[in-house]
Amino acid sequence: MPTISVTVNGEERRAEIESRMLLVHFLRETLNLTGTHIGCDTTSCGACTVHWNGRPVKSCTIFAVQVDGDEIRTVEGLETGGQLHPVQEGFWEEHGLQCGFCTPGMMMTAAALLEENPHPSEEEIRFAISGNLCRCTGYVNIVKAIQYAARKQAGAEAAAAGGA
Amino acid sequence: MIPGTFEYHAPRHLDDALGLLAEYRDDGKLLAGGQSLIPVMKLRLAEPKHIIDINRIAGLSHIAETSDELRIGALTRERDLERSDIVRQRYPLLLDTANVIADPLVRNLATVGGNLAHADPANDHPATMLAYRASVVALGPNGERVIPIDDFFISAFETTLQPDEILTEVRIPKPNGRAGGAYVKLERKVGDYAIAAAAVQLSFAYDGTIAEAGIAVTNVSYTPERSSAAEAIVRGNRLTDDVIRAAAQAAADACEPTADLRGSVEYKRAMTRTMTARALRLALVRAGA
Ligand SMILES: Cc1cc2nc3c(=O)[nH]c(=O)nc-3n(C[C@H](O)[C@H](O)[C@H](O)COP(=O)(O)OP(=O)(O)OC[C@H]3O[C@@H](n4cnc5c(N)ncnc54)[C@H](O)[C@@H]3O)c2cc1C
Ligand code: FES
Ligand code: FES
Repeated sequence: MPTISVTVNGEERRAEIESRMLLVHFLRETLNLTGTHIGCDTTSCGACTVHWNGRPVKSCTIFAVQVDGDEIRTVEGLETGGQLHPVQEGFWEEHGLQCGFCTPGMMMTAAALLEENPHPSEEEIRFAISGNLCRCTGYVNIVKAIQYAARKQAGAEAAAAGGA
Repeated sequence: MIPGTFEYHAPRHLDDALGLLAEYRDDGKLLAGGQSLIPVMKLRLAEPKHIIDINRIAGLSHIAETSDELRIGALTRERDLERSDIVRQRYPLLLDTANVIADPLVRNLATVGGNLAHADPANDHPATMLAYRASVVALGPNGERVIPIDDFFISAFETTLQPDEILTEVRIPKPNGRAGGAYVKLERKVGDYAIAAAAVQLSFAYDGTIAEAGIAVTNVSYTPERSSAAEAIVRGNRLTDDVIRAAAQAAADACEPTADLRGSVEYKRAMTRTMTARALRLALVRAGA
């Protein structure tokens, strides 16, 4: 069985795994990071979204061996030093969830969007999250949550620039 | 859903990948974006014994123009087409297509080469490449060969690519003079395959007539196919409403849809007509007519 070494949320993790193990199972079962969800298991819903070298992808459709030597970020890696990520704060403040099942994937897609495009329009937000399905909210508050995060990030940057 | 067991190989060089393909032949499968292969492996519709992952091979992800062609590395992701300035400025048909394939998360991995090599008649790039009159480059043990796209698709999931060959590049002729293109797709929701879709690429003569037309449709026949009858109606003519209507009807008459969860034969045929007419109109507008 191959051994892989992956940087997950900034920490190097090594494990011996079967080649056929899917990344989502590696995260949930081998590393016990159960924040990443399995919704459809058929590449449709985006509940399993994680960042692979910075890009949001569906971890139910990647073999764990493919990410050997690479960086993976999961929803557990959004919070830093006890501080919620602006996207997490946005979902909290704008009530961007109901059952919460889609939320980890939704937040990973949102975080990647804001890294590429810090000031997205509503249309750009809706386009970016179109691979993440939500059965509860109707998306309105999810969009508001991401807009909140964009404002928060911009404010934090302005404050940092002002303080410097 | 758990795929069958396999041995995983991640060669760093094309030569090594070719060697592995030659060694394992029918037991081996190339892995590109994995967004078609892994789902079929999870369903156990495919159980390759050896997976040859080509993602670690450098030099297969370019988007570059030569004097007469746009050359796209087989490993180029849909997301890279969407963000490419060259594609955004000069290849509207290709940009439209990349934008409606699957969803943004799948497009972060899905590759152009995989889309063509998989030869799923539901995939969107085959019609687009037929409309562009593109060609693909196949690398095998005896070197490279260039395959015109019309000689590439044999049937559903079947191409003239040999089991020991790797598709390395897609080449699209550079549009010159006044030209326009469009891809119009009807889908039930984001991430679904087309109910029907049409790819159109037009170039105009000085007098405003159509010098060359490429027209092909998606997911309404068993093999990705160009609509030769529709092309013949358009070529040499001005794109009047009557010509557009006749060409769209010809594309609809020639297609061979099957009834499934996306609709009846009649509905798909009607939508093929509508998508073809819309793509022709949009291509015309974009050409500045
Ligand atoms: C939910 C979902 C929705 C989708 N919707 C659409 C859609 O609307 N339109 C659309 O066009 N596609 C759609 N797809 C398919 C997607 O675009 C695939 O990624 C694509 O068909 C295959 O590309 P890939 O790079 O993922 O190939 P892989 O899955 O890695 O490979 C597919 C096949 O091609 C072979 N192959 C790959 N690369 C090469 C190469 N360079 N040389 C030789 N053989 C090669 C592999 O061996 C395999 O047999 C969808 C996929 C999913 C999961
Ligand atoms: S579980 Fe991966 S897309 Fe639904
Ligand atoms: S909050 Fe329930 S699926 Fe999105």
